[in-house]
Amino acid sequence: MTTFSRIRATLWRTAIQAIPTVFGIVILVFLLLQMAPGDAVDVLAGESGGISEDGLAMLRTRFGLDQPVLVQLLIYLNNLAHFSLGYSPRYNAPVMELIMTRLPGTLILMLLSQLIAISAGIVLGAIMAAWEGKWPDRLLSLVALLLYSTPAFWIGLMALVVFSVWFGWLPSGGNITIGADLHGWDYVKDFAAHAVLPVVALAGFFVAIYARLVRASMLEISRLDFVRTAHAKGLTPFIVTVRHILRCALAPLITVAGMHFGTMLGGAAVVETVFSWPGLGRLALEAVMARDYAVLLGILLLSSLTVIVANMLVDILHAWLDPRIKANN
Amino acid sequence: MASTTLSSPAWFGQFTPQIRAFLRNPTGMTGLVLLVVMFLMALTAPFFFPGDPLDMVAQPLLRPGQDPAFPLGTDSLGRDVVAGLVHGSRISLLIGFSAMSISLVIGMLVGTVAGYFGGWLDDLLVRITELFQTLPTFLFVIVLVAIGRPSVTLISLSIGIASWPTIARLARAEFRSLRESDFVLAARSLGYSNARIIFHEILPNALPPIIVTTSVMVATAILLESALSFLGLGDPNRVSWGSMIGAGREMLRTAWYLTAFPGAMIILAVLSLNLVGDALNDALNPRLRGVA
Repeated sequence: MTTFSRIRATLWRTAIQAIPTVFGIVILVFLLLQMAPGDAVDVLAGESGGISEDGLAMLRTRFGLDQPVLVQLLIYLNNLAHFSLGYSPRYNAPVMELIMTRLPGTLILMLLSQLIAISAGIVLGAIMAAWEGKWPDRLLSLVALLLYSTPAFWIGLMALVVFSVWFGWLPSGGNITIGADLHGWDYVKDFAAHAVLPVVALAGFFVAIYARLVRASMLEISRLDFVRTAHAKGLTPFIVTVRHILRCALAPLITVAGMHFGTMLGGAAVVETVFSWPGLGRLALEAVMARDYAVLLGILLLSSLTVIVANMLVDILHAWLDPRIKANN
Repeated sequence: MASTTLSSPAWFGQFTPQIRAFLRNPTGMTGLVLLVVMFLMALTAPFFFPGDPLDMVAQPLLRPGQDPAFPLGTDSLGRDVVAGLVHGSRISLLIGFSAMSISLVIGMLVGTVAGYFGGWLDDLLVRITELFQTLPTFLFVIVLVAIGRPSVTLISLSIGIASWPTIARLARAEFRSLRESDFVLAARSLGYSNARIIFHEILPNALPPIIVTTSVMVATAILLESALSFLGLGDPNRVSWGSMIGAGREMLRTAWYLTAFPGAMIILAVLSLNLVGDALNDALNPRLRGVA
């Protein structure tokens, strides 16, 4: 099979498999949220102070909250078939629109963190493997273990204290300077200054995971025959490490990075709160507080979809990198 | 036991050298000592720091060292920081271990049935596991906690329900491969019942990787709980390291240590479990040495 047809077959297979998963998630979360006490109308009523019983009933009818559960579920599935995630009583806006304004913020935060975590993980892992058992390995292993044990939000808060409060180098929240109306290069610089701390805070935990993984797989691969052959034909240790060992160690790294996509999404939710970064996580939290279950369900569904897409990308990357992987295994 | 068990490399016979390997490992011992200290702290908290750590006991915002009665000072509501740190270990350990036990029960049940019996049951259970694995863990936990009033039970249950697929996949893989091994074939040909094969033949051999994973799961559960209570979704009636950080965050500019101390406690607790996990990995799976 050519590379292209392998990739197409992989894409097709994962897409077919994703359908029952998505259905299952919708039904599971929908039914779970029915168990939750109160609804968005209760919170609206509480905030506005006085709404008559008739007013409450009217609001519930308007948002379909008075229908039996099964009818509500069918209406939701019907909406979904029309690419609608329903309507948010709280924000008075379609849920899809709400999520789409917040999703890019979360995705760019995750993408930058993932890039940093993977590059730092590769470099640190390679250094650890090259100096196995010696002090650079021991020191970096300890650092990795510490990073692995530290909550991302705490790294974020401490970084805020040092770089924002004490040194005053970086802004303490948001993703752009409000009201500055910057364009071009100035805009990029402003965005970068806002992004540094959240990106680093989110990346920390994953740097540790990737570095440990790269170290372990490089040590395993370095004992294989083809590495000995490479050494024997006179290649320098550096070339052998980078071209032969590191290259093979990347395959498990891709798998693990894909596996942790969902974890990173959760981490992003907390980091967003620390840095007032406009993203999905904060929207989810606001939705919990407002008991706006339509928004909550939409977020969970859409973030599950991004997990599925991430896994699909991992499969495609593997199919592209390794011709031995058959599309239908 | 020895006469009825056909599998020779069961952990039962080898436990002593493995415990010895663990005890010889300095990182593992460091982790174990740290963990024991945490447990002692949790157990003795009501004795050394009686009363509710959420009560106001002194002037607000005493700096560390300012008043010898409150070595690490007080927070913005005049609560003793040391008492909070010590009492916080109770919540973290309680939720960490109970959430792990819940995922262990669900995960082992699903993984064992799927891996041992195979067939359509396996297909179905794998689908369900995939479904739960696709849901981003932390967001799912937030939704589950939002269903009821936040309490220790609900939070443990939510974290447990959101994280069992790890165990299920591991158990399924072990049971699937061990099901085909010679000693299971021998047990089958002797007419042993499924239950006896599962519990006496396969389970002891499947345990080592699962034991290693449980220590990492407790660590993850503690991190999840701290993030939840940091966001204000924790049990409002109990002091937790996460909620202390959440409260300290308001004072970040003037009293950064209110955020720093509870964070350090989280790191120590999680680190101790990860150290123990690494050492267990080395001791129980010598072939996998160093694999994360």
